[in-house]
Amino acid sequence: MASTVGVIFSNIHDENIPELSRHRTMASVPFGGRYRLIDFALSNMVNSGITTVGIVTKNNYQSLIDHLGSGKEWDLARKDGGIILLPPYSDDTDKPYTTRLEALMGITGFLTHRTEDYVVISDCDGIAHMDIADIVRYHEEKGADITMVYHEEREPSESSYFITLEPDRRTGRIKALRINPNDLRKGKKYNLYVNVMVMSRTFLIDTIQNAFTCGFTSFGRDILTKNVDTIKIYGYNFEGYYAGVNSLADYFRHSMELLDRKVRTELFAARDIYTKVRDSAPSRYVDGAKVANSLISDGCCIKGTVENCILFRGVKIGKGSVVRNCVLMQDTVVGENVALDSVITDKNVVIRDRRNLAGCAELPYFISKGRMI
Amino acid sequence: MLRKKECVAMLLAGGQGSRLYALTTHIAKPAVAFGAKYRIIDFPLSNCINSGIDTVGVLTQYEPLELNEYIGNGQPWDLDRAFGGVHILSPYQAKKKQSWFEGTANAIFQNMHFMKKYNPDYILILSGDHIYKMDYSEMLRAHKASGADCTIAAIEVPLKEASRFGVLNTNPDGSIYEFEEKPKVPKSNLASMGIYIFTAEKLFAYLEKDDENPDSTKDFGKDILPAMLAGGEKMMSYRFKGYWKDVGTISSLWESNMDLLGDTPAFDVGNPDWKIHSRNPLAPPEYIGAKAVVENSMVALGCEIDGRVEHSVLASNVVVEEGATVRDSVLMAGTVVKKGAVVEYSIVDENVVISENARVGTPKSADAGIAVLGRGITVAEGAAVAGGSIIDKDYKGE
Repeated sequence: MASTVGVIFSNIHDENIPELSRHRTMASVPFGGRYRLIDFALSNMVNSGITTVGIVTKNNYQSLIDHLGSGKEWDLARKDGGIILLPPYSDDTDKPYTTRLEALMGITGFLTHRTEDYVVISDCDGIAHMDIADIVRYHEEKGADITMVYHEEREPSESSYFITLEPDRRTGRIKALRINPNDLRKGKKYNLYVNVMVMSRTFLIDTIQNAFTCGFTSFGRDILTKNVDTIKIYGYNFEGYYAGVNSLADYFRHSMELLDRKVRTELFAARDIYTKVRDSAPSRYVDGAKVANSLISDGCCIKGTVENCILFRGVKIGKGSVVRNCVLMQDTVVGENVALDSVITDKNVVIRDRRNLAGCAELPYFISKGRMI
Repeated sequence: MLRKKECVAMLLAGGQGSRLYALTTHIAKPAVAFGAKYRIIDFPLSNCINSGIDTVGVLTQYEPLELNEYIGNGQPWDLDRAFGGVHILSPYQAKKKQSWFEGTANAIFQNMHFMKKYNPDYILILSGDHIYKMDYSEMLRAHKASGADCTIAAIEVPLKEASRFGVLNTNPDGSIYEFEEKPKVPKSNLASMGIYIFTAEKLFAYLEKDDENPDSTKDFGKDILPAMLAGGEKMMSYRFKGYWKDVGTISSLWESNMDLLGDTPAFDVGNPDWKIHSRNPLAPPEYIGAKAVVENSMVALGCEIDGRVEHSVLASNVVVEEGATVRDSVLMAGTVVKKGAVVEYSIVDENVVISENARVGTPKSADAGIAVLGRGITVAEGAAVAGGSIIDKDYKGE
C-alpha cells in the first residue's frame, strides 16, 4: 500500500447514543464482549499496514486514553509514529473545535509533520472489516481528490447527521452528495457514506488552509457539497457487513447480529481485531448453568441460564437467574433468581437477587454505569 | 550510584518433562499449556511480579524455541524493564570451556555473572513445573527475620506420597536438621516445594565449592543443600498453606486442570488480587450455540461450541461441533472435535483434529488410563483411540 497515515475522530457522533457516551467517547463505547468501537477502525488500519494513527479527541477521553495505553496491543507503540493522541488545541483567543473542519484545522501541525502520501480519515461509529489498502488502491487508480466509502442501505439512517452519495454507475465519480435528505423511503436502496474517506495528505492540508482563509466551518456543507463538480470525489462501494451505531436500538441490534456465525466470521476470522487485554481467567461454567446462542467473554462465571446474550469480561450470573436477549457489560453482577430480558447494562452494574427487569428490542432497558438495582 | 536488586529470581526451566510423553515432544515442560489459557511458566512468572520481584533469569536447555518465543521480552508479565526484567539464559560457549547445564546447581553456577550484575542480597530459586500462587515477598521477609542462610518452602503432603519429594526434617522452630532427597522411608510429611531463598554470598560460595568437587552431581537437592547443612549453615523451612501441584505427570496435569472447575474451585485462577498473567490469544469471545450444552467446564476465548461439553477445560479456539461430546478432558488451543465424535478422559494437545464419529479415550473410572494425543495430529473418521494410549502421529485405527 502507498504510505498512508490514519486519522480517527473519537468523539464525532457522541450525541447519537448519549446513554453510552455520557462518560466516554464514542470510540471507547464497549462492543462485542471485549472490544471498544475504536478497535475496529484501528485494527482495519493496522491490518492494512498503517503504522501511524492520529486520534482526534475533544472531551471525556480519559477512558479512551486508558484503553489505548501506549498502543502496544495494536502494535502501535512505535519509535516513529504509532498512536498519537490529538487533544483539542486552542490558544487564548480560540474555543475548542465544534466541527470536523475545525478539528482538522487544529491538527494541521500533525499533518504537515508527517511524510505519508495519503490520509485515511475514519470515525468510530462503524463496525466492519474494511481493507483500507484496497480503498487507497482504488483512490490512486481513479486519480481521485477524495474517495468516500459508502454502503448500500435500505433503512434510512436514524442518525442526526448523515450523507448520501450518488455515484456515476460507470465511473464511480460522485455526481451529487446530500446531507440529511428527508425524502428517503424505507425499502428503497440508497448509498450511505460510512464516515471513512481517503485523500492525499497535501490535498487535505491545502483544503484545510483554504477553508481557514475563506472562513468555512463545515467540511460537508462548505467543501464537499459545494464543490462536487470541481473536486474529483469518488465513491468506494463497501459490500461487506457494515454496522453503523446511530442509536441505542442500533447498538442493541448490531450486538445481537454477532450471534450470527456469518457476521462473526467476517468480522473476526479473516484477520485479528486487536484490543486491550485484561488478563482475565477463562470463563467458568458451573453445574446448573444453561447457556445457549450467546457470546461469552473471559472472566465470566455462570451459574444460571443465559440465552441470546453478549456477556462482557467478568460478568457473574447467579444461581436460578434467567437472562435473555441482554448485553451485559464488563463486571456486571447478576444476583440469584433474577429475570432479565432485553436489558443493556453498562459497566459495573449490580442487579440484586429476585429483581425482574425487561425492555424490548426497539427500546432495550438501559442501566447506566455503576448502578445498583 | 550503585544499581542493585535486593532479590533476583532464577527459574529452572530446562526440564524435559519426559513423564508428560507426547506433550513435551517439541516443547519444554514449562511451556506446556494449562488451564485453558495459561502455560505452566505463567505461574512462577506471575508470582514473581506480584511479589515485587522484577528480575528473573529463565534457564532453558531442552527444546527452548517455543518457550523463548512465548516469554519474548516479558511484556505480558510486566517484566520488560530497563534494569532487570526477564532474561532467557541458555547454555553458551565460553573461552575456556563449553558445556550444557549439568544439573540444577550447575545451571545456576554457569550464570553467576548474570546474578552478580544486579549485586543482589538474595537469590530465589524456582522451578517451572508447579501450579500455585505464592507471595515470595512473605517468604523473603521470613528469611530475613530468621537470619537464615537458606530458606526452603515446604508443604505438608500425605506421608505415603512423601517419598516422591525432597523431605525436610525440622526442629519445632522450623529449622532444618536433615534433608532427604526422595527417601524410601520418610520421617516427616514436610515436602520441599523446590523453592529456595539463599543469602547470595553463601550461595555463590557453595556453588563455587561444588563446582570443584568432581564427585558432585551438581544438583540442589542432592549436593548443595546437604553440603550447606553439613557446613553448619542456618537453614529454615517456610510453611506454605495453599494450593500447590507438581504437574510433571499426565495424571497430575489432568487433576490440576480439573481443580479449576466447580462452584468453589480447589484452585481459583480468577482472583483479581493475584492475577495470573499470560500471553493472551487474539480471539473474539467464545460462542455457545443454540443446541450446545456446557456443564461444569472452563472455556477460553474463540471457542465455538455446538456440541456437549462436560467437566472439561477447553483452551482458545477449540471447536466442538454439533453432536460431538467432550467429557472429563483437557483440550488445548485450536483442537477440533467433529460431528458425532466422543472425547472422554483425555488430554488433547494443540491443533488436533478428531474426525467425525471418532472415539478418543474411555469413560473415566478408577482403572481407566488417560488418553493423550500429541499436537497437530488427526484421528481418522470413525477411529477409536483406547483409554490410556499415547498417540503422537496421525491415527487411523488399529
